[in-house]
Amino acid sequence: MTPEEVASLIGSAFPDAVVDAPMNTLHPAVGVVPDRWREVALFLRDDPRLRFNLLRCLSGVDRIAEGRIELVYDLMSLRPAGDGRPWSCGAVAAVRIGVPRDGGSLPSVADVWPAAEWHEREVYDLLGVSFDGHPDLRRILCPDDWVGHPLRKDYVFPVEYHGIPGSTEFGQRSPRH
Amino acid sequence: MTAMPDAMFTSEPDLLFDAARDGPDGLRTEEMLINMGPQHPSTHGVLRVLLRTDGEMVVEAVPHIGYLHRCAEKIGENLQPYQFIPKTDRMDYLAAMNNNHVFSLAVERLLGVEVPERAAYIRVIMAELNRIASHLVAFGTYGLDMGAFTAVLYAFREREYILDLFEAACGARLTYSYITIGGVTFDLPERFIERLAEFLDYFEPKIDEYDRLLSYNHIFVKRTAGVGVISAEDAIAWGLTGPCLRASGVRWDLRRCLPYEIYDRFEFDIPVGRPGGGGIPRGVVVGDCWNRYFVRMQEMRESVRILRQCIAAIPAGEVRAKVPKNVRLPADEVYFEGENPRGQLGFLVVGDGSPIPWRVKARGPCFCNLSITSHVCRGVLLADVPAIIGSIDIVLGEVDR
Repeated sequence: MTPEEVASLIGSAFPDAVVDAPMNTLHPAVGVVPDRWREVALFLRDDPRLRFNLLRCLSGVDRIAEGRIELVYDLMSLRPAGDGRPWSCGAVAAVRIGVPRDGGSLPSVADVWPAAEWHEREVYDLLGVSFDGHPDLRRILCPDDWVGHPLRKDYVFPVEYHGIPGSTEFGQRSPRH
Repeated sequence: MTAMPDAMFTSEPDLLFDAARDGPDGLRTEEMLINMGPQHPSTHGVLRVLLRTDGEMVVEAVPHIGYLHRCAEKIGENLQPYQFIPKTDRMDYLAAMNNNHVFSLAVERLLGVEVPERAAYIRVIMAELNRIASHLVAFGTYGLDMGAFTAVLYAFREREYILDLFEAACGARLTYSYITIGGVTFDLPERFIERLAEFLDYFEPKIDEYDRLLSYNHIFVKRTAGVGVISAEDAIAWGLTGPCLRASGVRWDLRRCLPYEIYDRFEFDIPVGRPGGGGIPRGVVVGDCWNRYFVRMQEMRESVRILRQCIAAIPAGEVRAKVPKNVRLPADEVYFEGENPRGQLGFLVVGDGSPIPWRVKARGPCFCNLSITSHVCRGVLLADVPAIIGSIDIVLGEVDR
């Protein structure tokens, strides 16, 4: 199934939930409004035409100029073939959701795809997006008492952390971007 | 393993309750919190698993990661892609060639670079050799976890030959940065292909030796068969990939199912987990620790098959496409996954028209594979926890990035 067909299936099931679906890119993704994401996720997983059972990746991208953080969910559907033949890939799709940088949140899909539980904790930790309904939303890679979200573009490295000086090898305290 | 006072756990309020109660025989029993790690031999690095135990049974296991976190993704946002390649070495440091390979492929897709034929073959040779080296470490250290010391000596003896080959090709033995954007950095040295063929002839019979030594060892089978069973549905739902997914009976390998590079030219099988009987020890079930271990042993044979086909077909020619160093990335993005020894490594590279990517996201297979630990370790025996964690075969450098 091509990304266009996936996009049109989502578009016909949730006409008011789809923002855009640009296809002239190397990574076609369907834009979805945050409030409707849970319904769309369940549809993507359970619809017999789609059956996206594998959440491959969840990435957060800080679009600081537009004042939002973009979440990209990469999905794949694995289909059994039987007779000892390799399974096949039914379809590959991506969903893109924009949330405001300040206080942005969206529904958690940790119960739809359990793989999302750690991915969402990582996005929460490194980009500061919160996921409503997540069973255990706390930092995962940084220490619990860390200040700030390192993958934000306006992140300033701490001057010190428990007595450890906090600057890079070039003496910078903020990213070059 | 040491028991820790409750006051140590500030971030897990649910684990702080007083579980003391009276047992059926009038004796007071209580649940105990045990920290396994961060310095524990069977966690293969700095991983802390917080175990809530009721006697010998594990009631709850919560992995705590991040001890090796270096925020490689932030570094990726400050370097040009070819400068980021050495950072990918340090993610899954037991399969650095594969990491270089997948990141290079992702950036090549973004730039639209075609790799020369010879370079593609060299990359497959390096990726498959590194797969063998990585599975050898998995085999050896899993033996250690299960109390069999000899296996690791055999594994490191053969791994040494592979590292010598890598050293001859690029000068490094662990962090290679050999595969790069557009191809590989140098052509193969003299006699490399002959030495590779000699190694394969030497190595292939050794796999049978490993099977006799460890795979069918009665004690080893008792420790791993039927332990930590993951169903195919659970494996997919938790995002498991690689040998962990195949051990659950899912015949899925990106090299065959969505071929990249030149993997569509090679003949090889995808080993999957099998139930006991017909040459497989009794008590083994699909998706258990033994199958996760044994899928890796079979994958080494398949890698040898691929390498032999590479030797037969490798052409002469250029080893690197002409890619300018200071190349501007288009304002587009690409998500690419490749089959690493531990599962599917993915990179999301977002360009913004400058030479430095706006975002580099790494999807580490170990990160996803480890996330199922809490689910599998619920209700198992304390002694099975190292068996389960070892069978998932994590490299903490990639879990934490």
